[in-house]
Amino acid sequence: MITYTSTDHFVLLPGLLLALFGCAVLLLDFLFPKDVKGRGWLVGIALSGVGFASWQSWQQYLYLKAHSMTPLVAFNGALVLDGFALFFNGIVLASAALVMLISYRYLEDEKEHHTEYYALVLFAACGAFFLNGGLDMVTIFVGLELMAVSFYILVGFLRTDKRSNEAAMKYLLLGGFSTGFLIYGFSIFYGLTGSTNLAALATVIPARGANDPLLYLAIVTTLVGLLFKIGAAPFHMWAPDTYEGAPTTVTAFLAVASKTASFALLLRVMLVGLGTAREMWEPLLTGAAVLTLTIGNLAAISQSNVKRLLAYSSIGHAGYVLLGLIAGNQTGLIGVSIYLLTYAFSTIGAFLVLIALRRRGVAVETIEDLASLGKRYPYYALLMLLFLMSLAGLPPTAGFIGKYYIFLSLVESGKYGLAIVGALYVAVSLYYYFRLVRSMFLTESIEAQVLAPSNGVRLVLALTGIATIAMGILPEPFLRMAAISLGR
Amino acid sequence: MSGDTFFFYAFSALALLGGLGTVLLRNAVHCALALMTSLLGVAGLYLLQGAEFLFAVQIVLYIGGIMVLFLFVIMLVNLDQASKLQQFGRQTPIALVVALAAVAAIFSMLSKSAVLLPASVSLTPLTGGNTETVANVLFTDYLLPFELVSILLLVAVVGSVMMAGKRTE
Repeated sequence: MITYTSTDHFVLLPGLLLALFGCAVLLLDFLFPKDVKGRGWLVGIALSGVGFASWQSWQQYLYLKAHSMTPLVAFNGALVLDGFALFFNGIVLASAALVMLISYRYLEDEKEHHTEYYALVLFAACGAFFLNGGLDMVTIFVGLELMAVSFYILVGFLRTDKRSNEAAMKYLLLGGFSTGFLIYGFSIFYGLTGSTNLAALATVIPARGANDPLLYLAIVTTLVGLLFKIGAAPFHMWAPDTYEGAPTTVTAFLAVASKTASFALLLRVMLVGLGTAREMWEPLLTGAAVLTLTIGNLAAISQSNVKRLLAYSSIGHAGYVLLGLIAGNQTGLIGVSIYLLTYAFSTIGAFLVLIALRRRGVAVETIEDLASLGKRYPYYALLMLLFLMSLAGLPPTAGFIGKYYIFLSLVESGKYGLAIVGALYVAVSLYYYFRLVRSMFLTESIEAQVLAPSNGVRLVLALTGIATIAMGILPEPFLRMAAISLGR
Repeated sequence: MSGDTFFFYAFSALALLGGLGTVLLRNAVHCALALMTSLLGVAGLYLLQGAEFLFAVQIVLYIGGIMVLFLFVIMLVNLDQASKLQQFGRQTPIALVVALAAVAAIFSMLSKSAVLLPASVSLTPLTGGNTETVANVLFTDYLLPFELVSILLLVAVVGSVMMAGKRTE
């Protein structure tokens, strides 16, 4: 007997809307003419899908708030609606909307404008929702694959571009391999509990006792899969190649939505499922975090390609977020949420400047291409400076708040060593971010004509710029949003 | 060694050897046949677990349907060039060492664990047929992931059509 209650419907609806609008975009493709205007309508439909999903998520928030943030469990415990899922769904929705706004002109310029792109963005966002809210390992796995497969295709979207193909191939092969590890870990968890639910896992672990080899094996293999998804060392090798080869709009979406949802999943598995086995996974994650910070920040120094540099810096950021999870107190979790929120806007902004600066026929690729940007296009240069300052974590920008909370949590929990390591790498990151700044403001360059950016790009640049400044100067409302993720 | 244990190791060996053959053999048709052997081994494991439905589906769909398509594609595509390419990179010895070390680590962890499965977990005897039970579980406990898989398959279809589609300049 199939049961589908009103609670199930209410919890599922935003994700369902995304999937339905994705199907609508695919189906209505035939109705609209294959020209710029016809595609514009389909982008409108895709964006309205995100709009409806956001509206429904807002309804969910109001409901939770009226019921003192009590989590709402649906589908026999497969999916949960709580502040945590809502917060991360919000980041995914925002990044999907921003990416769709900037993709229109970009794909037009690349001569690969197909409406499937928007459907895939919607499907990827839909998959991310099940990572944010999934409690059942089967649901989580299918959601993860839905997101990953959409991204494999999006990364290879520039079909005539060799590097895009190479990036997609590498991402697909390594992604499939890491998924194998994840599902192996999940299968051992299932063997231990006889249930695919994360909550059931939490009840079994205390009985198994600390340092049980089988549990340890399951934790290690699960972590391999999850660390791959968040792009943390030593499973980061795909990130630079994939970020560089993918269409820049997809790079921004991958760096934000995929990473955020995977972090949500990591947090959920570690804190809900394995919360009582903390002494088993904390050393592993600490090692991974330090390694991630080291590799991400040191490798970024020697990069000459801007997208590669941002890819390595994004690896470094994953290390900081892991530190928040390792600190393990309330401040640390607020730090993780606020860090991912600020990182989302700054990262999309930084990639967006690269898209806006696209020249006739060639994209901005190397640091030299940014030379004397301050003279040529002062507004873009200033915005880039703002986003880079935020990524480096300098006040008064958004990134400062995120880093502040991460370090505060480390100090509060007495992990001074990690705090010092983290602070040292902030200094290193200043060096490579300011290599870009130096190139923009202090070097002379060749004259090059930039294509006029579309209104969508202008709008998103303004939005991300304002958000980056606003979070830095007035962090209060954003901290309150992050507190929602803790169910407050 | 009981019959079950013997067949478990036999089918596992079949699956593993088939997998190795798929990767190591040079001729594409041989690779496809090795893959078929591997899938057959997995089907045997399903049968040992009492999952007759999965066993039948594995044979009919994978070995019967998908593998025949594989062989058709291999016949239609000219693979002479591919078989002349160098098959493995220089990192093969390192990869081999790492893989063997991982296997040793997993093996030692599994053998050190005194109780593999908790006593409370046991195979419950099925009421009704195997197929019926699978259907019941799919449409009740796992309704959400089951429906979600349909979107996943849609994405996979869209992706393969996109990638194989005509390159329009």
